[in-house]
This record gives sequence, structure tokens and C-alpha cells, in this order.
Amino acid sequence: MNIQNHMKLSFLSRSVNEAFARAAVSSFLLPLDPTVTELSDVRTAVSEAVTNCIVHAYPDTTGVVYIDAKITDTNKVIIRIRDSGVGIENIKQAMEPLFTTSSDERAGLGFAVMQSFMDRVRVRSQKGKGTVVTLEKFIDKLPDDKK
Amino acid sequence: MVDMSYKNDILTAGLYGEIDHHIAPKIRSEIDAKCENLRPKVLRLDFKAVSFMDSSGVGLVMGRQRCISLLGGRLEVVNIPKQINKVFSLSGLDKLGVLK
Ligand SMILES: Nc1ncnc2c1ncn2[C@@H]1O[C@H](COP(=O)(O)OP(=O)(O)O)[C@@H](O)[C@H]1O
Ligand SMILES: [Mg+2]
Repeated sequence: MNIQNHMKLSFLSRSVNEAFARAAVSSFLLPLDPTVTELSDVRTAVSEAVTNCIVHAYPDTTGVVYIDAKITDTNKVIIRIRDSGVGIENIKQAMEPLFTTSSDERAGLGFAVMQSFMDRVRVRSQKGKGTVVTLEKFIDKLPDDKK
Repeated sequence: MVDMSYKNDILTAGLYGEIDHHIAPKIRSEIDAKCENLRPKVLRLDFKAVSFMDSSGVGLVMGRQRCISLLGGRLEVVNIPKQINKVFSLSGLDKLGVLK
């Protein structure tokens, strides 16, 4: 598996950047010629992970959100979304559908969306240090007439 | 964001564009202000022109469901695009019978 393309991005944890982040990642994937559904799945999962950094990782401060995205020669996209925020104490519990620590009309479905829209989701976190969410998805290689 | 119209006891909120955590509070306060003023029998959220929604939209819909039922009305969610329905299907909302 070789890396064909790679991009890095960092921005302030301001909610206005949620739209920017998902648009940037989806433009990066366009050369793979993804279907409308594939692109929308990735955009939604990225939006969830980035929103979590903004809402949960830096609750009372403005921090930096880092995105690192790679495309492999097997048409796999690997997107890492990282923060240096508060971290997650119990990852298993955090990933349960409907679990939320926020009272502000959060649905507790961010991780559930990431898991159902991507092929693989990995979470590493350390309390007080930050969180890394890695999202992976294969983009189908289809002949042009099947797209 | 949202266009509101009121007719025959039905308050329709025509949502448009992208719904995420940044924009949801702005939509919420527009809808809630109108609801409290007009006290409609039905609050209808029309998703026809929504191009993107993440789980923040689910929170928005669940919150409006709570809000309108406290005011004695009911919620209806109509014209849900296919991709957005995938997000709703992970919530319990599809079992509440508010999604048309
Ligand atoms: N980057 C992060 N930093 C700290 N906590 C996080 C992060 N991402 C998620 N969490 C925790 O995991 C919980 C579940 O996240 P999620 O499934 O996206 O639901 P929601 O964002 O609606 O709360 C959050 O309420 C929060 O406690
Ligand atoms: Mg979330």
C-alpha cells in the first residue's frame, strides 16, 4: 500500500470552520471520482469528528484542530482528525450511540455516524492531552459508465 | 438557513443549505421564537432544500419535538433527502412517527 497523495490542514476550533473542514477534505478526494453518496458519507463523518474537537475538546478555549488526509494506491482514504484538548476518559462509553456529555441539544450520535458512514473508525485519546480519530474508507473504482 | 410561513394552524419551517453545529442554534432560535408567538397545532420542518446535515440536525429536530409538544402541538418532518435520512435512521426519530 503506497501513499499517492497527502494533505495537512490546521485551523482554529471555531464553529465557522466546520463547513470549511468538510469541504476541504471532500475537494481533496475529488480526483478519486467518488460517487455522490461516498463523498457525502465522508463529508458527514469529517463534520462529526471536527465538531467534536470544537465542542468537546476545547470547551472553554480556542485550540487548534489538525487534519491529515492520505490517499493510497488502493483507493483507500485515511483521514486523521486530531486535537490537543481535554481528551476522552472512557472511549468505549463515548462511542455508544446516544451517549453525550453535553446538554446543548447534542444527539450523542457523532461516533455512530462516523462508524456507519466509514469502513473503519479508530480513536486514541489521553486525558488532558488530546484525541486522534482516524477514519478510513475505500472509494470504489468503477468504470466511468457505472458512475 | 430557514424560511418560515404560517397558514391554517401550521407553521412551516423551510430549511435550506447545510445544517451543522455552527448553524443549528440560529435555526433553533428563529423557529422557537415563532412557535412561542403563534402556538401552532403543527410545526412542519421541510427538509427539501437541505444539502447537508450531520448529527447536529438530529439534535435540532429532537429539541423542536420537545419544544412543540410542551406548547401542545406536534412535529412533522417532511421531504427528507435520501442521504439525510441515513443520519435520521441512526436516531430513534424514525420510530416516533414524526418523519414523513
Ligand atoms: N475530540 C474529543 N475530545 C473530548 N471528548 C470527546 C471528543 N469527541 C467526543 N468526545 C466525547 O464523546 C461523547 C460522544 O461524542 P458524539 O458521539 O459525537 O456525541 P455528541 O457530540 O453529540 O456528544 C461526547 O459527548 C464527548 O464527551
Ligand atoms: Mg459529536
